[in-house]
Amino acid sequence: MVKDSFIILVLIGVAFILANLFAGFTGNIDLSAVANHYAENGPEEVGSANLVTAVVVTYRGLDTLGEVTILFLSAAIVGFFLKVENKDHKNRELKYTSEILNTASQILVPIMLLFGAYVFINGHLSPGGGFQGGAIIASGLVLMFLAQPKKAIGHKLINIVESISGVSFVLLGVAGILFASGFLDNKILSLGRFGTLFSAGLIPIIYIFVGLKVGSELTGIGLSLRENQDEA
Amino acid sequence: MLNIILAIFLGILILVLAVMAVQNKNIVVSIIAAGAVSLFASVLYLLLAAPDVAMTEAAIGSGLSTIIFFYVLNKIKRQDG
Amino acid sequence: MIEKFNLENISLAVGVLVILIGLWGLLTQKNLIKIVIGFALFDTGIHIVMVSIGYIKERTAPILDEAIDVTNASNIIVDPIPQALVLTAIVIGLGITALMLSYVLRMYHKKKSLEINHYKDLKW
Repeated sequence: MVKDSFIILVLIGVAFILANLFAGFTGNIDLSAVANHYAENGPEEVGSANLVTAVVVTYRGLDTLGEVTILFLSAAIVGFFLKVENKDHKNRELKYTSEILNTASQILVPIMLLFGAYVFINGHLSPGGGFQGGAIIASGLVLMFLAQPKKAIGHKLINIVESISGVSFVLLGVAGILFASGFLDNKILSLGRFGTLFSAGLIPIIYIFVGLKVGSELTGIGLSLRENQDEA
Repeated sequence: MLNIILAIFLGILILVLAVMAVQNKNIVVSIIAAGAVSLFASVLYLLLAAPDVAMTEAAIGSGLSTIIFFYVLNKIKRQDG
Repeated sequence: MIEKFNLENISLAVGVLVILIGLWGLLTQKNLIKIVIGFALFDTGIHIVMVSIGYIKERTAPILDEAIDVTNASNIIVDPIPQALVLTAIVIGLGITALMLSYVLRMYHKKKSLEINHYKDLKW
């Protein structure tokens, strides 16, 4: 009885705060001052057509570094909690997966991997970027592991790809400090013609590393949750 | 005008699915309802002129998150008997 | 009252209600997996609220290709900053959900029960 009334009290308190937010919100008419600066000076300073990419990689690059760190930490903790013990790795009976899944995955998986790579390479021209491309690649690889468990990519290769991408991302940021004006600055390479593939300086290369890192991390989380067949 | 009608329709659908995700006794139905909430929220992001966020929410919220829930459910059922 | 029916008010109300439903499910459910689903719904609600605050009426997405002219950009696009923050937050939400599910697996392996009433080790 006390617990129920406490729960109702918490919910009414949170609802009151959120209702104040809702009542005090009148729609925006104009961009705020910071967004105005990004919209007007974005194409000259950064050179990318996708403004959200410009904000995530260049203007707020330090937040992306924090996010990459948190993702790495969570993938490491999941892998640590669910250690793979290879005692009877050989005589694990693998059920034969159905015919539809096998055939469909043979057609779908290469298309998904190619589409994921396209999304993060063209991150600065159309909607997309490293996080979306990484999630699509992870979905494709998880489908491949579901359909044909014998052709698994080992855990070691995924860890190596993830670590190299993470270190390269940080090294590119530090190179921004050494050669240009700040962390993750993208004026090291030239800012090309606005709207073509080889434009926006270092942003495609940074996003390629972010996409590989996010993709291999999410695949690693899926593998850890799947492979722990026997318990201590 | 069409946008507003579509937004009201999506909003009602999201709320009904969210209540179903919390209240239903079957765990499989709850997991699928949570994935469907993410899917319709991704369409709502497209109405709010945010295509990057829509792509991310569709790929991660209703793709990878549902897969992870089903992996864990499978392991628990396998340990059961 | 009828002029309050524009797009950002509707999606703000939807987001606030999804936050409340997620919080309610988090506090009252007994099954461990349903508690994790409550967390995931809570996250989705917060993201809807954040994106709908940045919307400006009858403007388009912040991508400058040939369809809009670049020099007039600050009068045509919506705010790109909340979208960049929500992009990061969605990926971090997935990491947190995966971490909570691995905790659930370990707890189940210890005591073979999915009810939260059976875990009384920290009560005094």
